[in-house]
Amino acid sequence: MARVVVDVMPKPEILDPQGKAVTGALNRLGFAGVSVRQGKRFELEVDGELTDDRLAEVRRAAETLLANTVIETFDVRVEGN
Amino acid sequence: MPPKIGVVTFPGSLDDQDALRAVRLSGAQPVSLWHASDTLAGVDAVILPGGFSYGDYLRAGAISRFAPVMTELIKAADEGLPVLGICNGFQILCEAHLLPGALIRNDVRTFVCRDQDLRVESPDTTWTRDFTAGQQITIVLKNGEGGFVADAETLHRLEGEGQVVFRYVNGNPNGSLNDIAGICNERGNVVGLMPHPEHNVDPLTGPSLDGRAFFASVLGFLAAKV
Repeated sequence: MARVVVDVMPKPEILDPQGKAVTGALNRLGFAGVSVRQGKRFELEVDGELTDDRLAEVRRAAETLLANTVIETFDVRVEGN
Repeated sequence: MPPKIGVVTFPGSLDDQDALRAVRLSGAQPVSLWHASDTLAGVDAVILPGGFSYGDYLRAGAISRFAPVMTELIKAADEGLPVLGICNGFQILCEAHLLPGALIRNDVRTFVCRDQDLRVESPDTTWTRDFTAGQQITIVLKNGEGGFVADAETLHRLEGEGQVVFRYVNGNPNGSLNDIAGICNERGNVVGLMPHPEHNVDPLTGPSLDGRAFFASVLGFLAAKV
């Protein structure tokens, strides 16, 4: 069993209203000088040995469903134990 | 036999009944289609209604886009079947890549619900042929994720090829690029828009009857085809 993490972020040029709202709230709370962009983190538990083929499959899954590549970028990485 | 217009119900669809009713009022035969079915039941056109299909989980329309009925719908749309995506239906069409671009959260960060003025930019689609170019209409708008975005190249192509079908006027409610409220595919048989024409067909419940022309348009198209 291996854990693969997929991070999905809105592309830099795409407006991120959620991130803006969080930034505004942080600033109001006194956390000055920070700007937030909000994405998503997916943790995939993959059965069996994590071969290159399996990892490529996870990458395909991310591109097919987890991220909308019109507006988002994604990053796939294997999490060490 | 009047033409048959199907309305797909997904788990979480809200406006499927209103869409079916609007179809009936237009004189067509409404046909209820189910998301988990793999057939379009021989309908002559399909409407993907508004709502929050699959709870808007992941992204609006992201999971619905892979519903069994969509496989058949994508094939039929590519072959010219008239398809109208309203609000959540528009989001599904974008996720399915039947239409370019994507819908993101409103820039105002709130749900917007109002009678929205629109300008008809293109009557050259299956669903807008009863309008005239430049005509101003009023259609109900209600969404939280209606901001239309696309990369610069796609926007340029949409504008250049006449694929911008509706534009917001008297105020952009959600930050949509170029004030875009609705677009079509290259062929003009697939149209998506955020406002809800199915709510503007009855004087009892709508501020205008401008939604009727959507249904009259597709009926005219289907009649001319036969």
